[in-house]
Amino acid sequence: MTTILSILIDGIAYGMILFMISVGLSVTMGLMRVVNLAHGGFALLGGAFTHVAMASLGMPFLLAAPVAVLVVMVLSVPMERVLYRPIYKMGELPQVLATIGITFLMIASVNRWLGSSPLSIPLPAAMSGAMNIGFRTLPTQRIYVIAAGLIVIVGLYALIERTRFGITLRASVDHPGTAACLGIDTSRVFLLTFALGAGLAALGGILGAELLPITAYYPLHYMVLFLTVVAVGGMGSIMGSFVAALGLGILDTATRYLVPDFGTVFFYVAMILVLGFRPHGLLGKA
Amino acid sequence: MMRALFTLGPYAGLIAAAIAAYYLFPSNLGFVTTVVVAMIFVLSLDLVMGVAGISTLGHAALYGTGAYAAAIFATLVSADPLLGLAVGAGAGAAIAFVSGLFLMRAQGLTLLMLSIAVTEVLSSLANKYSGLTGGADGLSFTPGALFGRFEFDFYGQLGYIYAVCVFLVVFGMLRIVVASPFGLTARGIKESPARMRAIGTPVYWRLVSVYTFAGAIAGLAGALGAQSTALVSLNVYDFQRSAEAVIMLIIGGTGRLWGAVIGTIVFMTVHQVAASADPFNWLFVIGALVLAVVYIVPAGLLGLPEMVKKLTGGAR
Repeated sequence: MTTILSILIDGIAYGMILFMISVGLSVTMGLMRVVNLAHGGFALLGGAFTHVAMASLGMPFLLAAPVAVLVVMVLSVPMERVLYRPIYKMGELPQVLATIGITFLMIASVNRWLGSSPLSIPLPAAMSGAMNIGFRTLPTQRIYVIAAGLIVIVGLYALIERTRFGITLRASVDHPGTAACLGIDTSRVFLLTFALGAGLAALGGILGAELLPITAYYPLHYMVLFLTVVAVGGMGSIMGSFVAALGLGILDTATRYLVPDFGTVFFYVAMILVLGFRPHGLLGKA
Repeated sequence: MMRALFTLGPYAGLIAAAIAAYYLFPSNLGFVTTVVVAMIFVLSLDLVMGVAGISTLGHAALYGTGAYAAAIFATLVSADPLLGLAVGAGAGAAIAFVSGLFLMRAQGLTLLMLSIAVTEVLSSLANKYSGLTGGADGLSFTPGALFGRFEFDFYGQLGYIYAVCVFLVVFGMLRIVVASPFGLTARGIKESPARMRAIGTPVYWRLVSVYTFAGAIAGLAGALGAQSTALVSLNVYDFQRSAEAVIMLIIGGTGRLWGAVIGTIVFMTVHQVAASADPFNWLFVIGALVLAVVYIVPAGLLGLPEMVKKLTGGAR
């Protein structure tokens, strides 16, 4: 019973991290049809900026984290305009190659700037340690992560379903050509979505630093993990990413607890099965 | 006469380059041998990606399986290197056939992810069954004497000559296959699967057979790589191996066998020089090289002459 509860809590927290990092990737891939292997780089940058803001500038975590997320979003704007815009119209393989190149440059930059050892992000006392929720104690960090994940999904839902920007975004995902004909500035929608996705990835990277340690090679290490969430959930589907991230997070945590010597076999077999029966992912559109 | 020169010229060039490398880098033959092995691996990828248009980020699955098969065969059955190559090729083809049965039904991102997943599953299994594969410690073995007579020497001289010979055979064979009806239908599928189906090509099975054939070559490369280092470890299944092969192929130019050869040489040389000049910042160089190719010469280095022709020819 205790094991099941720990698996669930850890798995859900892990899933929330995966969701925050991958959802931006899923939406941008659905929107622009770009296979973006560099998305984990934004999570790395978020973690690196937070580390620097706390360690060198002495900012408290609660200030450093939002500042880092903002800096990543601002930084992603010129990147989208200069590096990504030319590759939207290219084939799949040049896109893979270009975004691998961008990943390499991000890794090399962080490596040069901060070295290759893990970058610590110490949490404030209120967020670390254990919390007593009546019948048992749980690691506080997990609870914050789960809460943050829920806030993100609710916020995204409201943004997509209830705002004007959400309408233009949905229209651009479904049919960019028609959307443009109706006077929607699709290139602006692309840019805003890209920045939002980068910011969410940064947030996920910062909050998840305890589970996925921030090192220079972060984007390469976890590239496959994030892409798996997108593929299983279905490109462009927010709910899909959420379901896939939670499912894969719980599955991966459970196999680590129960059959550790099988490594990632079950994780990838699950992916093969899902994609075998639903090639466009759980909630993806054909 | 001219025609014969035209077709044989490139081979003479390759052999001359191989001999030159032998005398130019006597102390680096180990590295030159890994380049030759990588060329065979990338040639196999070219057949899959460049010719048949199957995008994959899991080519290491075929390479690694060939490498493990050759090493296990050498420890358990016979250390004969040529038999080892055959076993590696067979294992590569077998795993390609089995995984190809479901990979070839997918496209796009799904295909990329499935190909990665196959590699990861194999890697985890190799780690799990460490009794057979040596697990994280790797599996070291001693390749036997070539033709039962020539022992592999410590400096890797024979190993290099052996690798170059295998490469030449594979290259020659691939040139024939690519120009054959089999190769041409594969190219046709890349251009338009629907039209190929309309003229009666069994598209799915043709893709499975191309993938299986490429699997044999990738497995052969893996076996050769294993023999030249006398060691197989879990890194044969690394995602990085698959990704780097894709990079090398696109740098050289997809769909042409020479692209695979040139791309591998350029990438591995730049990688080696940059990494030894500055072990901390070499990724900048690789990243810049990759981006330069995508943005400036999307057709790869082999596309350069045509690009120049277009630029200068427009004035005439």
